[in-house]
Amino acid sequence: MQLYLPIAEVSINAFLLTGIGAIVGFLSGMFGVGGGFLITPLLLLIGVPPGIAVATGANQVVASSISGVLAQFRRKAVDVPMGLVLMSGGLVGSWIGSKVFAWMTALGQVDLFVQLSYVAFLGIIGTVMFIESARAIWRSKRPGSVPVRRAHTHGWMHGLPFKMKFRASGLYISVLPPIAVGTFVGFLGGIMGVGGGFILVPAMIYLLGMPTKVVIGTSLFQIIFVSGFTTVLYAVNTHTVDMLLALLLIVGGVIGAQVGAQVGLRLKAEQLRILLAILVLAVAIKIAFDLLFQPTELFSINIGRLP
Amino acid sequence: MIRALTLALCLLALPAAGSETIVAGLSQSRVSITANFDGSEILIYGAVKRDAPEPEDAPMQVIVTVEGPSTPLTIRRKEKTAGIWINRSAVNVGSAPSFYAVATSGPLDKILSSTENLRHKVSLDQIISDVGITAQAENSDDFITALKRIRIADGSYRLDDNSVILKEQTLFRADVQLPANLTEGAYRVRILLTRDGKVVDSSEQRIFVHKEGLERFLFNMAKQQSFLYGLASLAMAVVAGWAASAGFRLLRR
Repeated sequence: MQLYLPIAEVSINAFLLTGIGAIVGFLSGMFGVGGGFLITPLLLLIGVPPGIAVATGANQVVASSISGVLAQFRRKAVDVPMGLVLMSGGLVGSWIGSKVFAWMTALGQVDLFVQLSYVAFLGIIGTVMFIESARAIWRSKRPGSVPVRRAHTHGWMHGLPFKMKFRASGLYISVLPPIAVGTFVGFLGGIMGVGGGFILVPAMIYLLGMPTKVVIGTSLFQIIFVSGFTTVLYAVNTHTVDMLLALLLIVGGVIGAQVGAQVGLRLKAEQLRILLAILVLAVAIKIAFDLLFQPTELFSINIGRLP
Repeated sequence: MIRALTLALCLLALPAAGSETIVAGLSQSRVSITANFDGSEILIYGAVKRDAPEPEDAPMQVIVTVEGPSTPLTIRRKEKTAGIWINRSAVNVGSAPSFYAVATSGPLDKILSSTENLRHKVSLDQIISDVGITAQAENSDDFITALKRIRIADGSYRLDDNSVILKEQTLFRADVQLPANLTEGAYRVRILLTRDGKVVDSSEQRIFVHKEGLERFLFNMAKQQSFLYGLASLAMAVVAGWAASAGFRLLRR
């Protein structure tokens, strides 16, 4: 069933769009990533113009994150205070990031900058996560060796002021590291045009020492606000949110997120981490390939004039 | 005053233009884009009215063009720099139509001389304005070739030689397929009669492509009440997210 999208001005099969929404929603519910880094390339692939893909993708991320976070709330796996602290840092960071983005645009190499930062960050995060979770899986398979819990080791982070109790995460730490993490992730998100869930999830696990199960819900909680803010911003500034396109993606996305959350529940923490690591690495490798190998079409057409 | 004078001049000039004139019609002068719009076919038909017997020297030929609204474009080219493929050079095209179809009763280069092509701007090269591109990049012609190649491949530009049916040198019809990814606006339809490469008569009409129903409503709201539209998009996302969660909870009971 073909459907003409009023803002995108293209006609696309409705079931295809629902299917894309479902896949991204599934991953979102399972790993706690928003899926912005997946939905934009998928929409571009089927012929949606870039600006509309980014803005409408943000709208879909809101829906699947809400669907996913409600599933996590029922399991009490959302650390609301931690989410709010991360968000406050994130808003500052994304504001700085968008300024840097504008500066890079003026220099004229923003595409390259975005692609290279994707490859660098996804590559590093994916590799580190993959090695760590592979080790954890290998350890758990050997009988007799008890895994070392290092949740209460006291490092330099515990000497910082403004301590706060994060009950759901079982942490009593200063608010400064979460704010720093939030700012950094928001900064990268602002530059790369994504919510930054795939950076936030590993940062919460490895830098803040939060348990994997709580990380997913808390990340989704934070993403709702960031992508909701982004959606309204795009709707007002560039008029690139296509509601009909969003509706189809959302229908698939919310159902996918619920299924993803259920599947995530059945997996062990280190299994979840290794799967996310593989996903992140796959995206990094795909972008690296695009940069290294000659594309089939060297030319691209953009409507409008270069500034 | 000037307008009346021009009109009078035109009326005076018309009979002198030639003894053959076009009488043409369109199957529809409006195309409505609704939610299930999946392309449309328009029929352009007509006949040739003659004051004198038909000239014997060369056969009559018909060219039909349909041209969508034009926009400025930027065409970029990727180049290998320090081992990676990145967008290096770009060319700004002043205006290029979003849609262009040429249907003819014979091979275009045979039935229309190059001087007449220049004057009437029929072929694709004449329609795309490439003024001043040579200064913008090396091999700037490659950019225009690429634009044509990409848009012909996706159906936005169509060159259909021999697709106009011409009967008894008098009646003609052309079917032009409009693609599903149509933009709004006035589409210019031109019909040219040629003999021996020269344009004998031409006629111009317009088709209005317009969004209707839900498409119109959403488009207007997005442009005119964008903040409300943004909030509505957000509300839709919140309700859908909550509904799916509630629905699944009921299912699992």
